[in-house]
Amino acid sequence: MKNIRQYTSEECEALCKKIRRTILDLIHRTKSPHIGSSFSCVELLIALYFKILSVSPEYPEDTNRDRFILSKGHACPTLYVVLAERGFLSTEDLNGFSVDGGLLEQHPNRDLQKGIEASTGSLGHGLSIGVGMSLAGKVDQSTYITYVLLSDGELNEGSVWEAAMFAGHHKLNNLVAIVDYNKIQALGFVKDIVSLEPLSERWQSFGWATKEIDGHDLQEIEDTLRTVPFEKDRPSVVIAHTIKGKGVSFMENELLWHYRTPDSDEYQKALKELSE
Amino acid sequence: MRDTFFKAVGDIARLHDDIFILTGDLGFKLFDDFRSRNPERFFDIGVAESNMAGIAAGLALSEKNVYCYSIIPFLVMRAYEHIRVDIAYQNLNVKLVGVGGGFTYGREGFTHYGLEDLALMRTLPNITVVSPADIFEAKKLAVLSHKYKGPMYIRLGKTNGPKVHDKEPDFAIGKAMILQEGNTVALFAVGDMVYVAKQVADKLLKKESIQATVINMHTIKPLDFEVVSQVASTHKAIFTLEEHNINGGLGSAIAEVLAESRYDGLFKRFGIPNSLKGYIGSADYLRDKYGLTHEKIFKKIVKELGVR
Repeated sequence: MKNIRQYTSEECEALCKKIRRTILDLIHRTKSPHIGSSFSCVELLIALYFKILSVSPEYPEDTNRDRFILSKGHACPTLYVVLAERGFLSTEDLNGFSVDGGLLEQHPNRDLQKGIEASTGSLGHGLSIGVGMSLAGKVDQSTYITYVLLSDGELNEGSVWEAAMFAGHHKLNNLVAIVDYNKIQALGFVKDIVSLEPLSERWQSFGWATKEIDGHDLQEIEDTLRTVPFEKDRPSVVIAHTIKGKGVSFMENELLWHYRTPDSDEYQKALKELSE
Repeated sequence: MRDTFFKAVGDIARLHDDIFILTGDLGFKLFDDFRSRNPERFFDIGVAESNMAGIAAGLALSEKNVYCYSIIPFLVMRAYEHIRVDIAYQNLNVKLVGVGGGFTYGREGFTHYGLEDLALMRTLPNITVVSPADIFEAKKLAVLSHKYKGPMYIRLGKTNGPKVHDKEPDFAIGKAMILQEGNTVALFAVGDMVYVAKQVADKLLKKESIQATVINMHTIKPLDFEVVSQVASTHKAIFTLEEHNINGGLGSAIAEVLAESRYDGLFKRFGIPNSLKGYIGSADYLRDKYGLTHEKIFKKIVKELGVR
């Protein structure tokens, strides 16, 4: 199963802005949190869903589909908007985000028909689930790849490293972790709370092959993900350097926008920037 | 009990290639046969129970039928939030098999006791909670659990416990088993305490000429509401026996039904107090110290009944 059609780089660039506008709208409309975390992974999800993942809304349960798990479930506005753009979700679904009697929560619930592989929102769960999917793929001799997007703050969770150690030991070369390394977690800068450095070496010491990239460079993301597994007998991790709140000048690298929802003035300003 | 259970799972696995067994680095020699026959479907996850729960979920999301094994506090309590999110709420086909109900690991100390598992597991959505009373039930449960779609917690007790049955019983998940019918007094028990309940009933008959009803509540969730209500309507004294914290387990589950059934008879729970008293010793020693032997329960029941 392949993508229905390949999108050009220009189309993807335009999509990123459109998707940020829709995220902004969803979050503003529903007064939801996590706009900064949602913006930092837009390019990563666009590259995955429009260039890399072999998934199709016509066959959401295809056993050989690639798997994607948004382990940083709080960034689900991005996932929802990308899934809608990719045909898995409808406008009605998006309108049902974070409202009473709605259809989509502020953290994703598993629903294969909607392209959501696993329920997440509690950090430190996605990589273990991904390991299970990867093991199943090996036993079934399937060729699908399992991708798990983690946040940097999430790497404080011990369970992530339990899964990382296991995946390294079992040489799960059909498993790809992507760290959205936007350098800011809930209460401050990652380096000030519990530093992750040397992050690449840490993953390597757990048996993973690593690459560090600019997580907002669509071409670099695509080129990097096309080369997995980075090493024949290792799981791969992409450390994607990103900017929290990317795309809106006054949100970028600002802790405040982990929680804050834009008021009307801020919404208009942000919309203007994202429309230029 | 665990040997019987996993031997049966291994036998089923000869015919079904969807079965995976995961262990948190426990069960010495327990899985040797399964492992040698199905090396690609057995994983020692290492001492990492949270990871085990997540991996089980990932396998179940890939249409696998997964059994996870460890000692109860590590399986249930260490990984509880992972079980909640990954397995229970997602309603996945994972069987969590906990060994060491109550004081089974006696001298190893409280870190190894299984005292709160029934309470914790029965509050989670979707999970069926079962504790077989002997090896016949354990074997039957292994077969039924394979066919059962959805998450299940299986609590196993003593390794060489006495047999409640002399042959394979008619055992159905969710259906309470009335082992003997009496009148006036009813004893509800779970797991290893089912045998004790039978002993208590024998003694009540011999010493007090009281015919007690004994009900094996192997399934704590969903609780057989019908049988409990029916017993409540025909008995004047109800006792619950469990090798579990007095709060939240079988006794609490039965009490909930009784309270909503307007039962107005005598009711008492036998279990382990919420706060341990620091006794050190074997499982049998601890059961005696905490009043869970048939002699001590018999005496307390007689006192409650006021027959002497």
